[in-house]
Amino acid sequence: MINISVSAENLCKNFGRRFVFKNLNFIFDKPGIYGIAGINGSGKTTLAKIISGVLSPSQGKIYCSVNSLKINPEEIQKYIGYAAPYVVFYDEFTVYENLKMLSVIQGIDFNSNRCEKLLTEFGLYERRNEHLSNYSSGMKQRIKIIFAMMNNLPLIIFDEPITNLDSAGKEIFYRLLKQQAINSLIIIASNEEADLALCSKIIIMENFRK
Amino acid sequence: MKSAISIFFKDWKSELRTRYSVNSLAMFIIVAISVILFSVKDEPLSPYLTAGLLWTVIFFSAMSGLSRTFVSEEERGTFLILQIIASPLNVFSGKLLFNTLLVFLINSIITLLFSLLFSAFIIKNIYLFTAVFFLGNFGIAVSSTVIAAIISKAGAKGTLYPVLSFPVLLPLILILSELTNFSIDGKSVEESLTEILVIICYDVIMLTVSVMLFDFIWKD
Repeated sequence: MINISVSAENLCKNFGRRFVFKNLNFIFDKPGIYGIAGINGSGKTTLAKIISGVLSPSQGKIYCSVNSLKINPEEIQKYIGYAAPYVVFYDEFTVYENLKMLSVIQGIDFNSNRCEKLLTEFGLYERRNEHLSNYSSGMKQRIKIIFAMMNNLPLIIFDEPITNLDSAGKEIFYRLLKQQAINSLIIIASNEEADLALCSKIIIMENFRK
Repeated sequence: MKSAISIFFKDWKSELRTRYSVNSLAMFIIVAISVILFSVKDEPLSPYLTAGLLWTVIFFSAMSGLSRTFVSEEERGTFLILQIIASPLNVFSGKLLFNTLLVFLINSIITLLFSLLFSAFIIKNIYLFTAVFFLGNFGIAVSSTVIAAIISKAGAKGTLYPVLSFPVLLPLILILSELTNFSIDGKSVEESLTEILVIICYDVIMLTVSVMLFDFIWKD
């Protein structure tokens, strides 16, 4: 099992003259579920993107360690699963092709058994060979969750994970999330009380605005 | 490397299904060569003029199709998933492989059409022309790929691409045109060594600068 830890030291982010947050410090060092909460525009997504290496902080540092060894921010791609409503997959490929192709691009051996198991759990196995363009937004959200979870990666970030999901989808998601949290460090950026109720530690973004 | 090859195959399969670039490139080639043929009519063309026209058509065809590799990712919103799961170097390598293949395919067709349709376009030293063709196409692919990445996040992509590409590709196109004249004249590779070395330097510099800059272009 790979143990990952994520920590931030005096993290600041501004877009031009607008500060999103400043002097943000945290340590997530064990598998489990951690939360990022805050009102709209408080910087939850920005922080999620900084942790995943998509955005750079304006000041401060973000550190990631794998089995107690510090890794470069560029190396985090191999260890991270990410699901969010604004992440878009390729409409011209089938669901199965998307999941397989994106795993290979990430440099991970595609685990077809795990993928098929998750597709079955989310009720999408029968439609796995359909093009993604035929899927509804709720079904696409399920696929993004499957992609984030299917490779058993040590760090998984969910940004507003239950957006577009129906109640059955939410139930499946929460069940799988609890199982995944045994081995993975999971970060949820959300305003939903049901999401945050699962978190052992929560960063309140409003506390870092001044 | 495996990741870069996967990105190349993804782009290739995606291109076969969506025909984002191929359609615009094919239309451009047909229109450009037809316009030249109609405007020239029965007027005899000098071999040097056909060489200049060849690289002009190649330059503008690159402008019409090669930006799609990054622009389509940005327009469809798939940019982010690549940023999350792939390293910048792998993304650049995969996109470069795809653009290189596309440039070679398209430019081979353009060259073939030129040799069929323009009787003055006769290459006497085929070895020199082949070397020039390979080095030139690689240079065009590298420059076009990195400029496509730069403009993909801009507003007026269509205008910005040729504007940014023109000063970057101009030295290459001028030397390629000159070397094509040499191969039409039948000059040997030894006689054209200085110009060939300039193209090799151009390719190496562009590749090095692109790899070094791509990290900054790719991230915010």
